[in-house]
Amino acid sequence: MTDATFSPDEDVAKAPAKGLTTADGRPLKQALARAQSHARWRAFFLVAPLLAFILLTFVVPIGQMLHRSVYNDGFTLHEDIGSGTQTPLMTNLKTWFKDNPAGTDPDEAAFAALAADLLVLREVKAAGQAGTRINYELSGSRSMFTKAARRAKKLEPPYKEAILDLDEDWGDPMLWRVMRDATSAYTANFYLAAMDRTKDVDGNVVSVNENRQVYVKLFTRTLMLSLLITFLCFLLAYPIAHLLATLPLAKSNLLMILVLLPFWTSLLVRTTSWMVLLQSQGVVNDALVSMGLLGDENRLQMMYNQLGTIIAMTHILLPFMVLPLYSVMRPINPSYVRAARSLGATSWTAFRRIYFPQTVPGIGAGALLVFILAVGYYITPALVGGADGQLISNLIAFHMQKSLNWSLAAALAALLLGGILLLYWLYDRLVGIDNLKLG
Amino acid sequence: MALPKHASRLERIWHYTYLVICALIFLFLMAPILVVIPLSFNAEPYFTFTEKMLRLDPEGYSTRWYDLLLTFGMQAPDAARDGSWWADAWSNAAWIQATKNSIIIGFFSTLLATVLGTIAALGLSRPEMPGRRVIMAILISPMIVPIIIVATGLFFFYSAISIQDWGIPYLGVILAHATLGIPFVIITVTATLVGFDHSLTRAAASMGASPTLTFLRVQMPLILPGVISGALFAFVTSFDEVVVVLFVGGLDEQTIPRQMWNGIREQISPAILSVATILVLISIALLTTVELLRRRSEKLRGLSPG
Repeated sequence: MTDATFSPDEDVAKAPAKGLTTADGRPLKQALARAQSHARWRAFFLVAPLLAFILLTFVVPIGQMLHRSVYNDGFTLHEDIGSGTQTPLMTNLKTWFKDNPAGTDPDEAAFAALAADLLVLREVKAAGQAGTRINYELSGSRSMFTKAARRAKKLEPPYKEAILDLDEDWGDPMLWRVMRDATSAYTANFYLAAMDRTKDVDGNVVSVNENRQVYVKLFTRTLMLSLLITFLCFLLAYPIAHLLATLPLAKSNLLMILVLLPFWTSLLVRTTSWMVLLQSQGVVNDALVSMGLLGDENRLQMMYNQLGTIIAMTHILLPFMVLPLYSVMRPINPSYVRAARSLGATSWTAFRRIYFPQTVPGIGAGALLVFILAVGYYITPALVGGADGQLISNLIAFHMQKSLNWSLAAALAALLLGGILLLYWLYDRLVGIDNLKLG
Repeated sequence: MALPKHASRLERIWHYTYLVICALIFLFLMAPILVVIPLSFNAEPYFTFTEKMLRLDPEGYSTRWYDLLLTFGMQAPDAARDGSWWADAWSNAAWIQATKNSIIIGFFSTLLATVLGTIAALGLSRPEMPGRRVIMAILISPMIVPIIIVATGLFFFYSAISIQDWGIPYLGVILAHATLGIPFVIITVTATLVGFDHSLTRAAASMGASPTLTFLRVQMPLILPGVISGALFAFVTSFDEVVVVLFVGGLDEQTIPRQMWNGIREQISPAILSVATILVLISIALLTTVELLRRRSEKLRGLSPG
């Protein structure tokens, strides 16, 4: 900024044709552009360290996870944990698959290739790993691989008979279809699985059996529960935000503490308290029984089901609705409503036609925020949700920790993330991230 | 909100109904937080008010669960409570270890988040910052992206770079918690910078102050309340975070939330409620601090008279 100072008269006199210049003779326009570029770089360098940090600890890990959702080398590569030596797997089968188009019946050559590959699996102890990869798409096949690899040395030509002798299922065309897909590490099959789809023998995408359809149902449930929770938050937040916005500042600041304290209290503490309140031997049930509203034997089951998730999450997310509503309601001028009343509107009409429309931006901001947070919730459903109060996040955790189908977990996470980012983009367009306020 | 004199009867009825509804909603907000406090003093191992407690009989109350917090995990919890007993508690009691870990992780992640976040907020609030909107969206996104996705991503990433072999304890969790705390620092600091009068820095510069001196003596004191409340938010975020710790934390990296999580999942005992009570008291203290800071900041910037 300093080098763009306006120069005294003699400069103008010296170079009248070129226009204005700075003290050192450069054209003013150029100097200004340089100064502005300096300022831009200065601003950017302030942000750069944090941006690099976030890219490294946040964007790259998530990108890597997304890669895993389309990449699984369980059937193609083995890495020894101790030495780090990498051994390619199923190379013979891969060649056979390349030479023969999809749908070819496996012949003796195919089984010979399989036998050679089983021998490699046995040597590097990778039968479990390869079997697990196939098992993701065709359950029950893992043990076939471990069993066949154990006997790989004893296999003799004709291989087709020898292997089919081990297990009839080695002739299953479905198994060969899955193996053909799995010899390429890149696959979209985990996304298909995450949407309750699979490929049939001929490679056409079809729905899985009705009794195995879980994911679409769970996505739908997550959406419905989040919508319900958002709506409940709106219902509860609107009256108190209105009260806070219309009270004198001293009083409303005091009452605001009642909203902010839960906001500041640990999530686990709030979830624990709800467990204490809602359990069948808990405070709420005890109170209802002692008041005689409820028989001792039919205590309400309010926890370890959807109801528990709904109650606790509504409570936890309520402040995220109250705060944006409050900041929109506070500056609303009360004289509009008064004017409406003086022109003959009933208080209901004045509210409906004058006050409510002015609060819509706050409702939008709060509802979007609550919905975004609700869709990805994990802790509360995991603790109070029981079987039918689980959300999609809980299923991702299940595949990460229990079933260890990491690619499926990554695919589910990618679908969830896609939805969230879409909503986030919407939030930025409609509300603006700058307007996000914390108390 | 006072009722005007000309209000009709129906309006009066509605007005009082409305107040009752509001009171009930406030009760809904506060009840879970208030109910744990008396229950944590329960003499019995139940989660409900016993008759003795309702009669306010001192026998119905005890501090045994707080005592259990201290002794749980100790080698000789029943020994006489002398110096060596306390030394035992300090080095072995599970909750004390968890507290130590939580504080170490919280401190370093807050430091990282606050320093990086404040510097970045200074850049972001300059009008000439290129690509401001996109960068801001990226920096805030750790707050929006579901924690399970962050934890899953970090789990793969940390095992790919084998961070636990680097020899720096807690490093993975600290970096992750710093990431989660950064949006809060950015939001609070940019909020204090919104009303910042840039003629102040120009005045300082015209009097010969270097940019560093201007920052330290003019800008910093004015944005300090925002920085501190951002830091408190970041600390609370780390102090309360359990999912990332569960996914990437080592076995010895027990934190308070992780210990609570285990306690709740396995067998919930009133000892959890006494931890909860302590945490509630801490959050009351933090909330008070943040409120005072906010008022001070508004006063400094002349936004409110008081």
